[in-house]
Amino acid sequence: MTDFWSKEEARLERQTDEGAQELRATTREVVLAGGGMWPQDDLGDTMIINMGPQHPSTHGVLRLMMELDGEDVLRIKPVIGYLHTGMEKTGEELTYVQGTTNVTRMDYASNFANELVYSMAVERLLDVEVPPRAVWIRMMMCELSRMSSHLLFQATNGMDMGAVSMLLYGWREREEVLRLFEYITGLRMNCNYIRPGGVAADLPDGWEQRVLDVCDLVAAGVADYDEMLTQNPIWLERTVGLGVITTEECLELSITGPILRSTGFAWDLRKAQPYLAYDDVDFDTIYTTNGDVYDRYRIRLFEILESAKIVRQCVQKMPAGDYRVQDKKLTPPPRSRIDESMEALIHHFKLFTEGFKVPAGETYVAVESPRGEIGCYMVSDGSGKPVRMHIRGPSFYNLQSIGPMGSDSLVADAVAIVSSIDPILGEVDR
Amino acid sequence: MADDTAREEDHEPGASGGEPVADEPVSAPVADEVAAAVVARFAGSVFVESHGQSVVYVDRAVMADVAMLLRDEEQFTMLVDTVVVDHLLDGSRVSVDGVVPERFEVVVNFLSHARNRRIRIVAEVPAADPTVPSLTPIYPGANFAERESYDLFGITFEGHPDLTRILMPDDWHGHPLRKDDAAARVPVTFKGDPSPR
Repeated sequence: MTDFWSKEEARLERQTDEGAQELRATTREVVLAGGGMWPQDDLGDTMIINMGPQHPSTHGVLRLMMELDGEDVLRIKPVIGYLHTGMEKTGEELTYVQGTTNVTRMDYASNFANELVYSMAVERLLDVEVPPRAVWIRMMMCELSRMSSHLLFQATNGMDMGAVSMLLYGWREREEVLRLFEYITGLRMNCNYIRPGGVAADLPDGWEQRVLDVCDLVAAGVADYDEMLTQNPIWLERTVGLGVITTEECLELSITGPILRSTGFAWDLRKAQPYLAYDDVDFDTIYTTNGDVYDRYRIRLFEILESAKIVRQCVQKMPAGDYRVQDKKLTPPPRSRIDESMEALIHHFKLFTEGFKVPAGETYVAVESPRGEIGCYMVSDGSGKPVRMHIRGPSFYNLQSIGPMGSDSLVADAVAIVSSIDPILGEVDR
Repeated sequence: MADDTAREEDHEPGASGGEPVADEPVSAPVADEVAAAVVARFAGSVFVESHGQSVVYVDRAVMADVAMLLRDEEQFTMLVDTVVVDHLLDGSRVSVDGVVPERFEVVVNFLSHARNRRIRIVAEVPAADPTVPSLTPIYPGANFAERESYDLFGITFEGHPDLTRILMPDDWHGHPLRKDDAAARVPVTFKGDPSPR
């Protein structure tokens, strides 16, 4: 260990502070397997197997180092970074107007949570309050996004367990939600719809009926899954009592979201620390007590229905008014004004070239994404770009649960356990 | 040090100076009882309120002790996040009375489920000696986050069981999120050139 550190320090000393990277060392002796000192001891009868990073059941480019004794997994260590694209560094180069385009690509299965937490952090630094209609639109889109994310989980989770038809069913319903996103925002996945100051555009004509139709369709789909899987003896055999984690382990390992709720701890930021208008809608926090793969499946299944419930209330209670703050420094003028007003043209030009300035300060905003607590730590120095834009990805922390869940399981069960964590590697690696 | 006006207005009541000693008037106590406990226990800690959130600046040497206090006595059940900020190029940095600004800031977010509240602990870390005590032995959930901070900023967390790169390749030079490590400035590899790996 000390030998490694002295070499590492020698390398760091050689690095210039000018920012240029020196050519990398040609010797390979300091290169370690998979970013760790593990395993250090003599293996004996066991062996190390890599699962991934291209394995289809690892949900992207996750690599698992597993120490096996026969087919028993003794230890699992996740190795990540294969999808690291420096999005936090990119976030420092983009203005606050452009920033949502960046963060929406992190958790690509529930992009609205990313956009929301980024926009809320910027708004808190600006001390801006968004109009009620924008708040309700945001809430509706976030819940639709939760539905689409959990449908994706149902599809991939079913496939990982061997219920391959679930892949088709899950995709069928999710497709309808994505079509709705395209109809409302213009894009299916990385919508860039929630922006600092409100949302990008008002809801299109006839949105109420389409949203309600999608809710009905998804609810029917959930009823199908419920009938097909929840009491299915093969499914129960495969999932009950597998990958058990306790509340204490979850809290110690900073694990949030459905995994924490599956251990009997009903912690949901929408209830505990309400944001948007979650105070004004009626919904339940779903939680179970066993903390196994089956419970995590059930929680995500029934959270779809709770989200549908919130979306229906949003349709019912959607207030009229502005869908974004009427502040010319913060949100662009309407397209029609640009043709007739020079000031509108100037504001539009300035906004999209320079962005707006945010007062110096720092803040942390957290919301409940489908995977747990997603947070944004934003530091501003008063210029048009953040000094630091950090996203606390719930998947990144939730991956730490593989240790306690996956030790002393079978290889086939490790697949089920990874699937039940529902990691999105775009968010893990950022 | 240019004070930010907006922030000063917001936080004047809390920023009551560096030392919680008796010559400070007792009439302006720290409004937050957890922060008050931290400030009372560790000399040199400074409490400020930032956009409605409690922030305590502590000496980096006592980080682990502060975490122990929060976990064992104040019911802070979860370490939510560990973030490092590089203030090298920060033009108008917010200054806090009683805190000597350094290049790096290690920011740790704690959450108490029982009390349903958060607190942020900030430690200033000089560029010449970028080390802080690891909180992983106290809150195991800090494991990945501290590895990430080490990887991207080069902050050494002393006492971390496995402080290795997590996002960047193992043979990477430098720490990409440092402000003097320019984005995308990677040597170009030409055909026939020996591979960097």
